[in-house]
Amino acid sequence: MIIKVLGSGCANCKKLEENTKKAVEELGIEATIEKVTDFKQIMAYGVMKTPALVVDEKVKIMGRVPSSEEIKKYL
Amino acid sequence: MMNVISQIFSWINNEILKMTWLSNIIQRLVENVFGLSIKERLGGSLHFFIYDTIKIFILLSVLIFLISYIQSYFPPERTKKLLGNIKGIKGNILGALLGTITPFCSCSSIPIFIGFNAAGLPLGITFSFLISSPLVDLASLLILMSFFGAKIAIAYVVVGLILAVIGGTIIDKLRLEEYVEGYVKEIENVDAEIIEMTRGERISYSKQQVKDVFQKVWLYVLIGVGIGAAIHNWIPESIIQNVVGNNNPFAVLLATAVGIPMYADIFGTLPIAEALFGKGVGIGTVLSFMMAVTALSLPSIIMLSKVVKPKLLAIFVAIVATGIIIIGYLFNAFSFLLV
Repeated sequence: MIIKVLGSGCANCKKLEENTKKAVEELGIEATIEKVTDFKQIMAYGVMKTPALVVDEKVKIMGRVPSSEEIKKYL
Repeated sequence: MMNVISQIFSWINNEILKMTWLSNIIQRLVENVFGLSIKERLGGSLHFFIYDTIKIFILLSVLIFLISYIQSYFPPERTKKLLGNIKGIKGNILGALLGTITPFCSCSSIPIFIGFNAAGLPLGITFSFLISSPLVDLASLLILMSFFGAKIAIAYVVVGLILAVIGGTIIDKLRLEEYVEGYVKEIENVDAEIIEMTRGERISYSKQQVKDVFQKVWLYVLIGVGIGAAIHNWIPESIIQNVVGNNNPFAVLLATAVGIPMYADIFGTLPIAEALFGKGVGIGTVLSFMMAVTALSLPSIIMLSKVVKPKLLAIFVAIVATGIIIIGYLFNAFSFLLV
């Protein structure tokens, strides 16, 4: 599974990355987490408000930081 | 019947928005615990500082929660789609209105600008949105009601929206599309599928927003309240009157010029505005200051400079600043209708 955290490096993006890592660890699944900071690439997903979470190229969350519990639903 | 309604309204205004009860509690605290009269300087400042800080933090928590919940229905991706179908001045009006309910911070102005542009929205509509978004929202309406009363609050929102519509329309008519940065034009439009949130997710999002805003602005609020308390009790009225009061015909210009580079949101600006207003500074001058602080700031100008060329940026700043100055003088001239 490929997970991408979209965001230009704001505090919320870091928090989303942390929560995602936690969710992956707790579920014990194989996944790589990538950070996407380039505006062009972020816009290519149609996302206008960061942070966003992309799982296997599908946008799951836009413009907010869910808890690691909620993130587990999308993995 | 009318009497009852007006009594209910004044109760809501005094107890819930102005929080008179809180003022009374703090008055008792200052007088009985600290042993200071609030009619005297030190007691008065202390009362202003404690009362305003608590009041602003309560308003901030309640209002940000409320507005975030509403905003969760209008992510910028949806706003983009809604605006895509409408052309002309109607588009500017809708852009200005959506600006009031779409979540916005200066950090998201770049993706919003690029996204709107890629979707083929006219430049003028994008700017109507960008002007109204930081300037007017539900929170600012309720906050202004709390501090200045309903008439001034409604007038502020209406002129703010008019400024956004006219500003965007002027930018549209000037045909400035060539002054958008080249790379912005190359980005293609992608419509993301909008993910509906559950009620629980909206609530947790709104709580998160309250926490974020709190962390971001608490210091500005304390500084603002501190300056407000100083104006309220320590700086002689004559000095304030001569610098930003009715004795200085350039007061509005000065208030706007000082406000533009400042970066704070409405919560940090209010105590200063309130204290100035209390010292008899014209309501137009006070509103110009608040509008200049919220609508334009150094960080937002720097952000925008990454997507538009200097000429368009300068025109944008000039239009908004001129609008704010005109609004200031109009409010001062017609203040007898509002105060």
